Amino acid sequence: MAEKAAIRAEAARLLTLFEGQGASVVETPILQPAETLLDLYGEDIRARAYVTSDPAMGEAMLRPDFTVPVVEMHMAEGAEPARYTYAGEVFRKQEDDPHRTPEYFQVGYEVFDREDPAAADAEVFALFHETLSGLGLRAATGDMGLLMAAVAGLTTTDRRRRALMRHLWRPRRFRVLLDRFAGRTPSPEGREALAKGDPFDGMDAPVIGLRDRAEIEERIAALREDMATPPIPEGEVELLGDLMGLRETLDNVCEHLRDIAVDMPAISDAVERFAARNEALKKRGVDPSEIDFEGSFGRTTLEYYDGFVFGFHADRHDLPPVATGGRYDALTRVLGGGREIPAVGGVIRPEVLLEIRGAGA
Amino acid sequence: MSVKLGVPSKGRLMEKTFDWFADRGVKLSRTGSDREYAGAVEGIEGIELVLLSAGEIPRELAAGRIHLGVTGSDLVREKLALWEEKVVELEPMGFGHADLVIAVPRAWVDVTTIDDLDAVAAAFRRRHGFRLRIATKYHRLIRDYLRAGGVADYQLVDSQGATEGTVKNETAEAIADITSTGETLRANHLKILSGGPVHRSQATLFKSRQADWTPEDRMVLAHLKAMLQIER
Repeated sequence: MAEKAAIRAEAARLLTLFEGQGASVVETPILQPAETLLDLYGEDIRARAYVTSDPAMGEAMLRPDFTVPVVEMHMAEGAEPARYTYAGEVFRKQEDDPHRTPEYFQVGYEVFDREDPAAADAEVFALFHETLSGLGLRAATGDMGLLMAAVAGLTTTDRRRRALMRHLWRPRRFRVLLDRFAGRTPSPEGREALAKGDPFDGMDAPVIGLRDRAEIEERIAALREDMATPPIPEGEVELLGDLMGLRETLDNVCEHLRDIAVDMPAISDAVERFAARNEALKKRGVDPSEIDFEGSFGRTTLEYYDGFVFGFHADRHDLPPVATGGRYDALTRVLGGGREIPAVGGVIRPEVLLEIRGAGA
Repeated sequence: MSVKLGVPSKGRLMEKTFDWFADRGVKLSRTGSDREYAGAVEGIEGIELVLLSAGEIPRELAAGRIHLGVTGSDLVREKLALWEEKVVELEPMGFGHADLVIAVPRAWVDVTTIDDLDAVAAAFRRRHGFRLRIATKYHRLIRDYLRAGGVADYQLVDSQGATEGTVKNETAEAIADITSTGETLRANHLKILSGGPVHRSQATLFKSRQADWTPEDRMVLAHLKAMLQIER
C-alpha cells in the first residue's frame, strides 16, 4: 500500500476536484456518539467500529463513516439544495480479514436536492465515473427502490410485507420468510400450539421483564391471523426472483424491467424513475450500455441505501471496492427529527485508487 | 527449549485436567506453596507446566506464549477472532460441559425459536423505542449466531455475572449464558430457545499455531500425542 503522505495528497486532490464541482468542504469529528450509530446500524456496527468511552459524552465510536455526521449536520443547519465534500480517515475493525487495513481515507461527495432525484443520481455517478476513468474498473449498479416497490406490491398482508421489507438487506433471512409466506415451507416449530385455546393455560411462571402480557397476546393474535392468510401467489414470488436475479447492462435492463412491470404494476413508477435516471446519465455523458446492473446489488451493504446504488471495482479479489455510493432518502428521515430530504452520495478510497494506478503503471 | 502446556490454575477445572492427564500416564502437579503458581510434569520429558487462569489461556495460545493449553471451547471462540487460524482443537476432554444458550421469559408463550425472537425484537422496538436487550458476556459468539440467524433490532448489554436476574430487574429482555443443568434458568422463570445451544462447550486441549515449534518440540508433541492417544 502507498505511503500515508501519498494517500493524503491523493485525498486532497480529489477533495479539490469535488470542491470544483460546487461542493462545500465540511469536517466532522472523529469521535461520534455511539448511540446514534448503534440505533441506526444495530449490534453489527459494534463488531465493526472501534468503541471507546469518554467521561462527558459517554460511549463513543471512532467515525466508521462520514454519511451519518454529514446528514446530521445538514439536517441541523443546511440550506437547500446542498453539495458537500469531505476527506478524512474512517475506522473499521477487520477481524474477519486481518489483511485489510482498519483505518483508511475516504473522500466523499453528497448531494441533498429535492428537485430532481434522477439528475442528482446521475450527477454523483457521472462524477465518480469521470474521476475513475482510464483505470479499467468495472462499474456495477443496482436499485433498492425497485426491490422495495416490488415487496410493497405483493398480494399479502401489511404485516408480511413489513416483515419482508425489514429483511431486504439480509438476503438469507428474506428468502426464509418469502418461502414461508409463499407456502413453500411449513410454519416454524411452536406455531401449532398457538392456533387455538388459551396458550397461557398451565403457565405457572410470572410475566417478567418489560414485555408485558398485552404484547404477548397481541403477537398471538397476529400469528393466528397470519396462519389464516393465503400464501403469496407463486407468480409474484417468481417475478420477485426474476427481478433480484437480473444481471444486464443498464440499457438492456430497462426494457426487461418494463416487461416485468406488465405483470407487476407495483414497480411501474420505480421503473420510470429508473428510465429517467438512464436518460440523465446519458446527458452527463455516461453510456448506459457500458454500465452493469445487478438486481441484488446493495442488498448486503449497510442497510441505509434505499434507491440507486453503485460500486466501482478493480478485477482483483485482494482489494475492496475503489468507490461505493447510493441514495439514502430514509436515513435523512431517521436523523432529521421529522424532516427529510432526498440525498445521494458516494465515497472514493484514495489508497485503493493509488494501488490500482501503481499496479497499472 | 521445552513445550509449554498451559492449564487452569485452580478449582475443579484444574483437578479434572490433572486427572485426565494422569489417566493417560502424564502426572501434572502444583509445586511449592498453595499460593505459588508453579507446576511439575512427570512421565514425559520436555514439557513445562504453566498455570494460568482459564480465561487467559486463549490469549496466551493466540500469542504463541504457550504451545498447548487446556480451556473451555467456548472461551476460545469468544475471545479469539478467526480462532481456527490461531489454534487447533487437539482433543475434547469430556468434562467441564456447559451449553451456551439464549433464554427468554417462560411467560413468552409465543416464543419458541430464534425466528420468534427476531419477530418479537421488531415489535418490541416499535413499541418501546429501543432495541430488545440481550444480556450476556459472550458478545462475539452471540452476535455471530444472531447474525447467521438473521435477527435484527436487538442489542447486547454486557453482563459479567448474575445474568439470569437481568430480565426480572428489567435491564434486559432476554439473556445468553452458559448453563449446565438449566436449574438457574428455571428458578429465574426463563426458558431456552429451541434449535440447540449456540455452542456446546467442554474443556479441550488446544495447540497453538502461533507458537514457535522447534523440531525438538514437535518430537515432544508426537510423543505426548501418542501417550494421550490423540490421532489428529
